[in-house]
Amino acid sequence: MSSSDSDHDRDHDRDRDLTSRSAAGLAAAVRSGEVSAREVVDAHLARIEALDGSVHAFLHVTADGARARADALDAQRRSDGPESLPPLAGVPVAVKDVLCTRGVPTTCGSRILEGWLPPYDATVVARLEASGAIAVGKANMDEFAMGSSTENSAFGPTHNPWDLGRVPGGSSGGSAAAVAAGFAPLALGTDTGGSIRQPAALCGVVGVKPTYGRVSRYGVVAFASSLDQVGPFARTVEDAALLLEAVWGHDPADSTSIPTPCEPILPGLERGVAGLRVGVVRELTEVDGIQPEVSAALEQAVKLLEQAGATLDSVSVPSAIYGLPAYYLIAPAEASSNLARFDGIRYGLRVVPGEPGSANAAAMNGATRHAGFGAEVKRRIMLGTYALSAGYYDAYYGQAQRVRTLIIRDFDRAYEHFDVLLSPTTPTTAFPLGDKVDDPLAMYLSDVCTIPTNLAGAAAMSIPAGLDGSGLPIGVQVLAPGLGEAVMFRVARALELGFGFAARARPGGPA
Amino acid sequence: MTPPEPSTPSTPSAPTTPSETDAPDTIEVGLDGHADGWELVVGLEVHVELATATKLFCGCANEFGQEPNTNVCPVCLGLPGALPVLNELVVEYALRVGEAFHFDVPAQSVFARKNYFYPDMPKNFQTSQYDEPICLGGHLDVDGVRITITRAHMEEDTGKTTHVGGGGRIHDADFSLVDYNRAGVPLLEIVSEPDIRSSEQAKAYASELRATLEAIGVSDVKMEEGSMRVDANVSVRRRGSDGFGTRTETKNVNSIRSLGRAIEYERARQIEVLEAGGRVVQETRHWNENDGQTHSMRSKEEAYDYRYFPEPDLVPVAPTPEMRAAVRAAMPELPAARRDRLVAAWAITERDAAALLGTPGLADYAEAAVSALEALEALEALAVDGARGGSPRDIVNWVNGEIAGHLNETGSSPAALSLAPAALAELVGLVAAGTISRNQAKDVLGEALADGRRPARIVTDRGLAQVSDESSLGSVIDGILAANADAVAEYRAGDDKARKKKRGFFMGEAMKALAGQGNPQVLNRLLDEKLEGNG
Ligand SMILES: [Zn+2]
Repeated sequence: MSSSDSDHDRDHDRDRDLTSRSAAGLAAAVRSGEVSAREVVDAHLARIEALDGSVHAFLHVTADGARARADALDAQRRSDGPESLPPLAGVPVAVKDVLCTRGVPTTCGSRILEGWLPPYDATVVARLEASGAIAVGKANMDEFAMGSSTENSAFGPTHNPWDLGRVPGGSSGGSAAAVAAGFAPLALGTDTGGSIRQPAALCGVVGVKPTYGRVSRYGVVAFASSLDQVGPFARTVEDAALLLEAVWGHDPADSTSIPTPCEPILPGLERGVAGLRVGVVRELTEVDGIQPEVSAALEQAVKLLEQAGATLDSVSVPSAIYGLPAYYLIAPAEASSNLARFDGIRYGLRVVPGEPGSANAAAMNGATRHAGFGAEVKRRIMLGTYALSAGYYDAYYGQAQRVRTLIIRDFDRAYEHFDVLLSPTTPTTAFPLGDKVDDPLAMYLSDVCTIPTNLAGAAAMSIPAGLDGSGLPIGVQVLAPGLGEAVMFRVARALELGFGFAARARPGGPA
Repeated sequence: MTPPEPSTPSTPSAPTTPSETDAPDTIEVGLDGHADGWELVVGLEVHVELATATKLFCGCANEFGQEPNTNVCPVCLGLPGALPVLNELVVEYALRVGEAFHFDVPAQSVFARKNYFYPDMPKNFQTSQYDEPICLGGHLDVDGVRITITRAHMEEDTGKTTHVGGGGRIHDADFSLVDYNRAGVPLLEIVSEPDIRSSEQAKAYASELRATLEAIGVSDVKMEEGSMRVDANVSVRRRGSDGFGTRTETKNVNSIRSLGRAIEYERARQIEVLEAGGRVVQETRHWNENDGQTHSMRSKEEAYDYRYFPEPDLVPVAPTPEMRAAVRAAMPELPAARRDRLVAAWAITERDAAALLGTPGLADYAEAAVSALEALEALEALAVDGARGGSPRDIVNWVNGEIAGHLNETGSSPAALSLAPAALAELVGLVAAGTISRNQAKDVLGEALADGRRPARIVTDRGLAQVSDESSLGSVIDGILAANADAVAEYRAGDDKARKKKRGFFMGEAMKALAGQGNPQVLNRLLDEKLEGNG
């Protein structure tokens, strides 16, 4: 990356200021003419250039495309006036590498897709562009979104901006780290079992997993189709709502997309929580090995909401404890089928074994998958293949689907008495790189609080709730029934005001 | 198409029954017409490509014969991230099939993934239906026998692999090319119960199924092009036993006739294996049209585990009552009713009607020709000089005769004939009006089929029209009688035998003078009048 001539007079403080601002603030500044979209983009690209060598939030930075897009928006403002600008004009966004971007490398963190240039944009990417937001790069991730630390990326891990020796969480670790490090005020991730909320918690940012079907999955490289959902990262609750509202809504290209209109979030964001009933989920709070500071943060969240006028009580969602095992049958089962298409025939990596001309399609297929997939992906493909096998289907996949039905029922019962639910996002704060790579089960447990929401197809988000004794961010999770985003965001906003985290905290690490 | 009636028991001419068993006095001959003590059991799996404008899950054109890999998009190529959207017309077509074959259509049906690796299958799973198909428990009556149809379900077709080098076979090919134009084309798989007991019955079932699918407009049912593919599950068992033998599945059957041959071959092969003390291997076999045999496909006969599970990218299919009512209301006439109607309206035989319905498009062609014939009659020959009269039966005779023969020879379809139905009506009219003889008409038909000229035009071009005009024929006869006064005198004096001989002579002279184009009926009458009248 190199700065263009017009950037020479820009000083470091100015860049630092622009990369600290919220998306809402940047959009307003671009609209008012205080800064140009190009200045905003250049400031963020400069910060990426300076710091991403140590964070590794990006697999691919689209500097040229971002500058061209910024220039086009600036030209539009000059010719058609500020009113002509779309709502997020000039706001940089990091895009998880699982989202297809036309002509821009999309690897899903896997060798098997290295060099693949999608011929089409994911619906959310197209909507992002229509909103005026500017994609600055493709964010690192656990290979095919399988993982909770971004260490499963074939292209090396992302480092937590708060402590470079620790993981950012995963699988959307690159997106979370990019927002935490000031590389972009917004990012898109995907959440299959907590892949947005867990890294948001570990990186001290807001992360939202919307209701299943609320955001289009068209162009999202599938991990587990019945669980995957795209959602926003931001440093403020308002920014997260802005991004969600830019990309959500019915998409005829996704058959599981919900056709009912979206209830806008922003108009009610500041309405407060007075009179709302909030339930603290016992099964997601009394988790084995939970860090005391995480429990303390949750207690503080309860107090903050009570002070703001909400009614708090404890609630049981009994089947939630079966979420983790059910998830690790359903998700790998679907993944084993979704990932079958990576066979070396049409796109991506192709490995031809043996003497030239001696291999057949099956041998090429096997060699390609052997070389192209990492250990965790292989593990889950095998798990899923087994779970779907004749004679085991009922005991595994079938049983897991029955658990899923129970979880949905139990949440429904809870929501008869509560508007939203509350829990920690993760049992612990960010763990050191390498700590759990040899212990898949320990790694899986870091998603224990987030998984039930995916199984239920409901909404949930993680809000920064302060720092632990080591200066690492803690997250609390607000859970809402399906299509309950508006009330969920109101509660999140109240917690944001109460914790005052966004206003004061910046990662100390690389900044 | 009619299965043989159960014959009366016959005495075997040369009993070969092993001596240690009691030789029966008579041998039962089964429905299948065989007297060897074995009963054939057949079930058919029919895949039909639905003739929708677009594919099952994307907007790509569903058309045959395009440049490879031109009708493709991220969805039907199974690109990462692409998602299917169900083509509603496919559901409508499936509902038509549901009506036509008296299926139950459950309130909802579910797509499932059938997982297996194959290079021409872009996702390495086929989106199909499994335990909740759209149609369950239908039937089709074939010559008075009810064949139960287990189910019909929607699924996507695969691409097409071409093996290059090494004789085009997969095992020794240099490389393979895959064309994904067909990937994602909508299919309906229609699976019968093993209710079929003879190859003739299998052929009749497949033929009636094809005619029905054609009638309801869901497919062009071309077996040669693969838009209708029939796989035969064949087993044999001892007559009188009620268990089933081990079955084989025979694929690559490209015509109704081949279906009968393949089943007969499989029957004989399995009996030979069993009578030699062997076991029939459950396997997929490939029919070879050239050697008239089925061949094991050499696949390691492991039982495939397709790991079916519900397709998470699609929602259940739940046709509304309104949709079903609309389909029911719009159901066209089915083959059985159509045969009855044509028999009654055209005074043709059941056999003729069955033949018309037995070839896709042939009955439509005949009906169009009959309409044109009626129009010709209504116009009182204003349209075409010298074409008048003729009956639907004449049309049917041509259609089931020369035209069906031409289609068989050329492999063409009725719709593609260069002889339009109206032109056939014209031809029939020309014969009926006496303008040309039936023999001449055959030549005219041959030329019309070859170059598309109208029959009346061919008649004119070749000067074929019979001379029927009385005054011109009369003057020709007058000339001949005048020039042969002796013969006339001999005629008048002669006995019956001599008169007949002379009369033949006069006719021959007249025809010679008319270059064979005199209308024989008119000539005969005029000759009689002039010979007798003058006497
Ligand atoms: Zn397509």
